[in-house]
Amino acid sequence: MIESSLSQMGAALRAKKISSVELTQLYLDRISQLNPELNAYITTRPEASLAQARAADARIAAGTAEALTGIPFGQKDIFCAKDWLTTCGSKMLHNFVSPYDAHVISQFNDAGAVNLGKTNMDEFAMGSSNETSHYGSVKNPWDKARVPGGSSGGTASAIAARLCAAATGTDTGGSIRQPAALCGISGLKPTYGVVSRYGMIAFASSLDQAGPMGRSAEDLALMLNAMAGFDERDSTSLQRDKEDYARDLNKPLNGLRIGIPKEFFASGLGSDVAKAVEAAIAEYKKLGAVIVDISLPSTRLSIPVYYVLAPAEASSNLSRFDGVRYGYRAPEYTDLADMYEKSRAQGFGAEVQRRIMIGTYVLSHGYYDAYYLQAQKIRRLIAQDFVEAYKHCDVIMGPTSPSTAFKLGEKGDDPVQMYLSDIYTIAVNLAGLPGMSIPCGFGDNDMPVGLQIIGNYFDEARMLNVAHQYQLATDWHSRAPQGI
Amino acid sequence: MTWEIVIGLEVHTQLSTNTKIFSGASTAFGAEPNTQADAVSLALPGVLPVLNKGAVERAIKFGLATGAHIAPRSVFARKNYFYPDLPKGYQISQFDLPVVGQGSLTIQVEPLSGNAKPYEKTVRITRAHLEEDAGKSVHGESQGVTGVDLNRAGTPLLEIVSEPDMCSAAEAVAYAKALHTLVRWIGICDGNMQEGSFRCDVNVSVRKPSQPLGTRREIKNLNSFKFMQQAIDYEVQWQIDTIENGGKVQQATILFNPDTGETRAMRSKEDAHDYRYFPDPDLLPLEISEEWKERVRATLPELPQAKQDRYVNQLGLSAYDASILTSSREMADFFETVLAAVPNDAKMCANWIMGEVNAQLNRDGLDMAQSPITAQQLGGILKRIADNTISNSGAKEVFRTLWAEGGDADAIIEAKGLKQVSDSGAIEVLVDGVLAANAEKVAEYRSGKDKLFGFFVGVAMKASQGKANPAQLNEVLKKKLAG
Repeated sequence: MIESSLSQMGAALRAKKISSVELTQLYLDRISQLNPELNAYITTRPEASLAQARAADARIAAGTAEALTGIPFGQKDIFCAKDWLTTCGSKMLHNFVSPYDAHVISQFNDAGAVNLGKTNMDEFAMGSSNETSHYGSVKNPWDKARVPGGSSGGTASAIAARLCAAATGTDTGGSIRQPAALCGISGLKPTYGVVSRYGMIAFASSLDQAGPMGRSAEDLALMLNAMAGFDERDSTSLQRDKEDYARDLNKPLNGLRIGIPKEFFASGLGSDVAKAVEAAIAEYKKLGAVIVDISLPSTRLSIPVYYVLAPAEASSNLSRFDGVRYGYRAPEYTDLADMYEKSRAQGFGAEVQRRIMIGTYVLSHGYYDAYYLQAQKIRRLIAQDFVEAYKHCDVIMGPTSPSTAFKLGEKGDDPVQMYLSDIYTIAVNLAGLPGMSIPCGFGDNDMPVGLQIIGNYFDEARMLNVAHQYQLATDWHSRAPQGI
Repeated sequence: MTWEIVIGLEVHTQLSTNTKIFSGASTAFGAEPNTQADAVSLALPGVLPVLNKGAVERAIKFGLATGAHIAPRSVFARKNYFYPDLPKGYQISQFDLPVVGQGSLTIQVEPLSGNAKPYEKTVRITRAHLEEDAGKSVHGESQGVTGVDLNRAGTPLLEIVSEPDMCSAAEAVAYAKALHTLVRWIGICDGNMQEGSFRCDVNVSVRKPSQPLGTRREIKNLNSFKFMQQAIDYEVQWQIDTIENGGKVQQATILFNPDTGETRAMRSKEDAHDYRYFPDPDLLPLEISEEWKERVRATLPELPQAKQDRYVNQLGLSAYDASILTSSREMADFFETVLAAVPNDAKMCANWIMGEVNAQLNRDGLDMAQSPITAQQLGGILKRIADNTISNSGAKEVFRTLWAEGGDADAIIEAKGLKQVSDSGAIEVLVDGVLAANAEKVAEYRSGKDKLFGFFVGVAMKASQGKANPAQLNEVLKKKLAG
């Protein structure tokens, strides 16, 4: 059952071949067994999960089940979920039990899905290795000495280890796609505004976007159907008609124009990753696609632009964590300023503090124009590059990350090296475009390689079609780590 | 050597929406602490602001009422600083692109000193922008602990910034009062100063004529016009003394202490915050279409200035009467309702409202909205004066009865027998009787002692038990005395 697709699982549940309680218990048992080592979940509440499973079974019995009813999902710990500890990977929220549901959570609840637990993540989604989590590193199921990527590392690890049917992620600079690549699973970051950010703890509001992560493009389409849609509680949520993201899955790819940006294959890209990605592109040619060479000249500035804008927004977004109303407060302090300083110095980890300081700096009087405004200008140029490119192609492909999963601790004391692992994903967030990663082979160290597919605005259905056709022709996505 | 005073105001008006500017929590005043603090007011992780259109419409109304440019696109920015009553660690405000651009307000200034005459002045308004209010820190509830009440956090404010166009405390107060009248007039703010719905920050500097502007100090949070005048007077004198004694005024934020009548520095420029403003990525730019603007314009009432002009030009009232009657929306509405009962007697309506009604309101410590007599009731009385049913003194009696007991004017007139005698035959009989009984006086009058006319009026009125129509009585008396 754990190798079944979501639609197979849904069908089995509705056919009463298995109950949601049984399926949920199956995953809970796997979590008890494997999670102590993988550390993919921060919080599980078996009783709460089973209660949801019982409700799902009742709904199935009543004949009102939907596609996801009764299927157990992991939820990234960035989403507020009522009565669930919601830590965002931080000591700052070590005691925060949310009184409300994020939009994404209530969408899954409304669909009758089961919440298996809150998955581990880099603290406040700041990191590319899941090593900044206050709740400990997550291990990559393909090699437990290696990182799962980040920030949605817990989700990626849990999916690869079959500790859930699928799970949610969020992506500010690559946080869905990079861990998906490093763990050999599929992940989609939708167009900015497609999934409501309500109840998703903000890192960089203009870049954050929630999306589905799972074992196949087909699964992602079903999940996105539940997650997407206008929400008046998020002013940046887009008012669009509901669409069926699975509608184009089976379209043939004849004549599909795939843009290959030369900048994504320049120095810095691991040769094993390049080889796997090139093989995938060759496979697409076999499927009838046409390759178009394109250039995204401004994307070379993505990392510096991102590391101005994201910290600027984060420095302000994280100001609410002040120890006054909820969350961590230092046990001892002398006055108000001391309470703020100690609570934040003790409650936030090093990477979060680094970004708050960068963000505060770039917004400061006298630096704002040189950093923040300049970065906004370049952000527009980067978006313009894509607009230009999509005049010549339908989707853009390249590597998701320059290397496969690296060793735990390997990049720990070199933030810039760490930041470079998002070099191909960040431009997509800056432009607000949809992007996804699907498995396309293995590198020299037998670790998975991800193929990045970047679509035009609102072109998720086409991207899922492109990914699904590849997954019909190959089996990289159905490989499972040994011992799982 | 004389000094010139330069004053500009920043006024925070609390907009009269039922819910907060970025959430659905109530804005009602006086609730138990934190009972109106929803997830957004508490700045829980993950919550997002959603702009209240009612607040925007009130801002548009203000802009239209002051002839200002309404920005087709304005931007909300975050003003970052830490304070316990600021739950997000930033205030959502507008910075370089405010919703309302340059406008103006014409004010009537009553000089405070000597015999100087009232005059009119136009104050330029620089801008007005939307922002959210902070919560309140509550000190002293228990030892060593400061409480935080977030009921007020997120209440919509329109901050109205003037040019430094005012040259005296009198002008500053006149401007503040005119603004106070206007915001209530157009229904965007309840103007309750005790509850903090209308708070003034006053920037004051002094200079020698034709010199560049002096260094200003900002008096924060004045919530009474009296304090504003006292604070400015004190501050101006302090700045002049400081400079004349060889000192220099340093830019500072200061507070006025009403108990001592003094101002004192709260923080200097050196410890001014760097607010790190940047556009709020959670909110889209605010776009106001021509169509939206026009829809709002259609809801604007006739403005005080237009009303004043109409009262003078069409109703023939004096400028003074017109300005009093337009001093508040309630007053003007009251006047116009009374006038509807007696459309040709505007002056009588004005006299009654500014005289009898105001005097009683003052005596009872009430404002117009609380008047025990409705405008319809007063109109009912005045109608009976106009159609000669009752005399002026009879009307006053009806008024006093209505004030104290309520009821209907006509019923009171009937019950108290106040109907005056307007039957000319009856008055002639009455006058004949009076003249017959006072033949000697009639002879004296006819021989030239005109002053006796009043005597005859008095006797005749008494004989009628005060019910004779005075005008008719006068007429008949004059005729009969002439012989």
